[in-house]
Amino acid sequence: MPSITKPLIPLSPLPKNDLGLTIRDYEGQMSTLCAGCGHDSVTAAIVHAFWELSTPPHMIAKLSGIGCSSKTPTYFVRGAHGFNSAHGRMVPIATGAIAANRELTYIGISGDGDSLSIGLGHLMHGIRRNVKMVYIIENNGVYGLTKGQMSASADIGSRPKKGEANALAPIDPVTTALSLGATFIARSFSGDKEQLVPIVKAAIAHNGFALIDVISPCVTFNDHEGSTKSYKFMRDHEVKEVQTDFVPIRAEIRAKIPADDAIEVTMHDGSVVHFRSVPEGYDPHDRMKVEEYIRDRQSRGEIVTGLLYVDESAKELHELNATPTSALAKVPYSSLCPGAEALASMQEDFR
Amino acid sequence: MAIDVVRDQRTQVNDFAIKLANVNGTGSASANSLLMQAIFRMGIPVSGKNLFPSNIQGLPTWYEIRVNRTGYTARALDYDLVVAMNSQTYAQDIADVRHGGYVIYDSSWPLDPDLSRDDVTFLGIPLAKMCLENFKAPRERILMKNIAYAGAVVALVGIDVELVADLLAETFARNEALRDSNQRALRLGYDFAMEHLRCPLPFYVERMEANGTSILINGNLAAALGCLYAGATVAGWYPITPATAVMDNFIQLCARYRRETVVSEDPNVPDTTRNNYLIIQAEDEIASIGMVLGAGWNGARAFTSTSGPGISLMNELLGLAYYTEIPAVIIDVQRTGPSTGMPTRTQQADIMMCAYASHGDTKHIVVFPANPYECFEFAVQAFDLAERFQTPVFMLSDLDIGMNDWVVPELRWDDAYVWDRGPVLSDEDLSRMSEFFRYNSANDDFVAARTLPGSDEKGAYFIRGSGHDKYGHYTENPPEYQEVVDRLKKKHAASAAHVPAPVIERRDGAAIGVITIGSCDLAVREALDQLADAGLPADFLRVRGFPFVAEVRAFVEEHEHCFVVEQNRDAQLRSLISIETGVGIETMHPVLAYGGFPLSAQQVVDSVLAKLEN
Repeated sequence: MPSITKPLIPLSPLPKNDLGLTIRDYEGQMSTLCAGCGHDSVTAAIVHAFWELSTPPHMIAKLSGIGCSSKTPTYFVRGAHGFNSAHGRMVPIATGAIAANRELTYIGISGDGDSLSIGLGHLMHGIRRNVKMVYIIENNGVYGLTKGQMSASADIGSRPKKGEANALAPIDPVTTALSLGATFIARSFSGDKEQLVPIVKAAIAHNGFALIDVISPCVTFNDHEGSTKSYKFMRDHEVKEVQTDFVPIRAEIRAKIPADDAIEVTMHDGSVVHFRSVPEGYDPHDRMKVEEYIRDRQSRGEIVTGLLYVDESAKELHELNATPTSALAKVPYSSLCPGAEALASMQEDFR
Repeated sequence: MAIDVVRDQRTQVNDFAIKLANVNGTGSASANSLLMQAIFRMGIPVSGKNLFPSNIQGLPTWYEIRVNRTGYTARALDYDLVVAMNSQTYAQDIADVRHGGYVIYDSSWPLDPDLSRDDVTFLGIPLAKMCLENFKAPRERILMKNIAYAGAVVALVGIDVELVADLLAETFARNEALRDSNQRALRLGYDFAMEHLRCPLPFYVERMEANGTSILINGNLAAALGCLYAGATVAGWYPITPATAVMDNFIQLCARYRRETVVSEDPNVPDTTRNNYLIIQAEDEIASIGMVLGAGWNGARAFTSTSGPGISLMNELLGLAYYTEIPAVIIDVQRTGPSTGMPTRTQQADIMMCAYASHGDTKHIVVFPANPYECFEFAVQAFDLAERFQTPVFMLSDLDIGMNDWVVPELRWDDAYVWDRGPVLSDEDLSRMSEFFRYNSANDDFVAARTLPGSDEKGAYFIRGSGHDKYGHYTENPPEYQEVVDRLKKKHAASAAHVPAPVIERRDGAAIGVITIGSCDLAVREALDQLADAGLPADFLRVRGFPFVAEVRAFVEEHEHCFVVEQNRDAQLRSLISIETGVGIETMHPVLAYGGFPLSAQQVVDSVLAKLEN
């Protein structure tokens, strides 16, 4: 049976969030992914982020496409509303859902096959429309469910478990998103929960499309020597020069953070992202500089992680369309139907 | 048996057909529809059919006007008058005039003597020359030629010229210069004809009161109106001929009827507008239907409009919607396939595709309007059906219905209408339940109550296109899987009682039955009158919804011979009837017109007679 209900074992007092919920209340079913799969660590970070933010579970909508990554929404926040859609098509479905009800918090989980091959067009247009959602790519460079084909994010020279080294240039979601005008771009590593949790929290607070590319090694098909999406490779090549903290709106602890050379970004809801450490000359608002920095590091074989770019001033989908601040799906019918009289009078022009 | 439908020259009042041959992109469309609208205003049944190329400028385009006091306004194939304005197609256009008919041509240049016919009358009007003399700007000289020939036609067939002048004044109310040029051009053509030609011709119009409160409307506008009145708030779409105008119209209607001003309480902050709709031009048709599903999942009434190629692309997600039971409305304005086909020509060749769209065992609800009036009504019903049965619903219009103006009864709205949201559980409902599972509480229609995202945790569930049991849980277990898909089949069957019922009309002594669908309606009715006049009365059935009700099968069984008239090559309706009702296919004879132009009665009469003679 591919989904296993997680036993709820009452452990001695777990801390509670503002809603009085423990972290266990944000968990889902038992993972059926391979032991050691990076995706399970991402799931854990998501659970943590929502718990810490005290998001009511029923106000979360979790969506996915198809693939190993897309199975993970069943593994977090069991009280959330979920939609496991079709391969590559999560973004349009999320877009329609968000159009209909902007009151929920939307999180989409995708993989490199789902996002960078079959669903790349949709991803780009989701970014372009600045749909307000968290979009996580669990990126392992390989198709796991179909047993080990290289994906479009595999680096040149990266070797699958069997067969020839990859000869095609990878599609990098981070630089692609930068060029598309994405308003929130982060990269992280599934093995680094400390970094990932604040990034997910900032993404949830972001007023627009928040893309997080998480290098999440596939222990079964792509964690060997020669793979550039392995735990070892990441540990050897990750550069964590851009470090951020996320300060939720309710916590008045801003003063505690040294403000010398730090960069602060106030999110739409009033929460704050604090860039505690960035390389000299780095500006998370400057698309060109961010790209230059990432490419420079890339050319040295290094992978930069952190919250890399954020623009909180851009309008998201609903603001662009001047829709009601509450859910469109809840607008009463009486406000939608012009009525018999209007129909009769408009037909005067049809004669 | 043979029938001669002979036109009586003496009774050609309000009974004739005009074909106007033009070059695409020269502004002829407005002149042609002006004539049609003027005849409509004179209270006479009329139709106008635009037979246009998939081209912006330069290729041949035709407009056909049929005037008929009895209301036979399907396409006519014998033209009393041809207005030959396109030298590229002179030969064909002149050949199309009926014996004894008339041709208007531009006599600024001599007509090639090879094109001459002894049995038709050529009426030369120096249109280019007149416009050259009367207008200065080059563009105006081209455009006004159209209004000038329209003026001549007005004189020749006895249209009230003052009425046409009023129409022009209305059209150009806000542009004095254009209004003036158009009025002058109208008089140029009109006066020339009155002075130099025999006016009226033996066929002409006389005022009638046949149109009552009827309106002139195209199906794409009517469908958009239906979506507006149904309360649709979310739409995803991708431009495609001939469906684009559905969304163009919906956008305009929403801007007019769904926009509220939110008065600012702060005098320093300006008032804002609030749009009770969100329409997204998607990156492709896959995204369009994806957006519709997302919105439908979230409880909004959502739709997309497209044509055949778009449905092809949507197939995967249509199966997802079917299997996960999400309401969706898809308006398919059919065009000629396969592949790109002929985008500006009409056909009814998406019947099979829509009935069974997507891989695996799938069946959908489909409604088939015959005219813009039904486009409006069925669009509203489509949303009710989609939510009541939690499934995609197709409305199959076509290019002829969608893009041509039709005379139809005034659209009516009942303010007592209550939208049918289908079984949806509120938090209050959930609080009374010990537990909730998505698919285990089917009602009499085999539909299980759903919850909407945002409802209490108790109502949270996980939608999945993968195999699931009645609890909504993943399964690979044969009986659990089958239980769900078997219920879906029953649910589809149960919807037959709720789709628009077939129109059935019986005639005394009818030995044969004729079954048809959609925009074939008018041509088939006319054909049936002609057959009856010739001593061959036939019963009539027009299918308006799928799945079929029992009457469809009964109708086939009642008749030794049935003719199934449709506009596709493969007799798709005939096959669908046989597959779905189990009735034998042998007694259903296909009558097929699939060249891309609207059906005419003559095609039906000829096919029926040819079959019966064999």
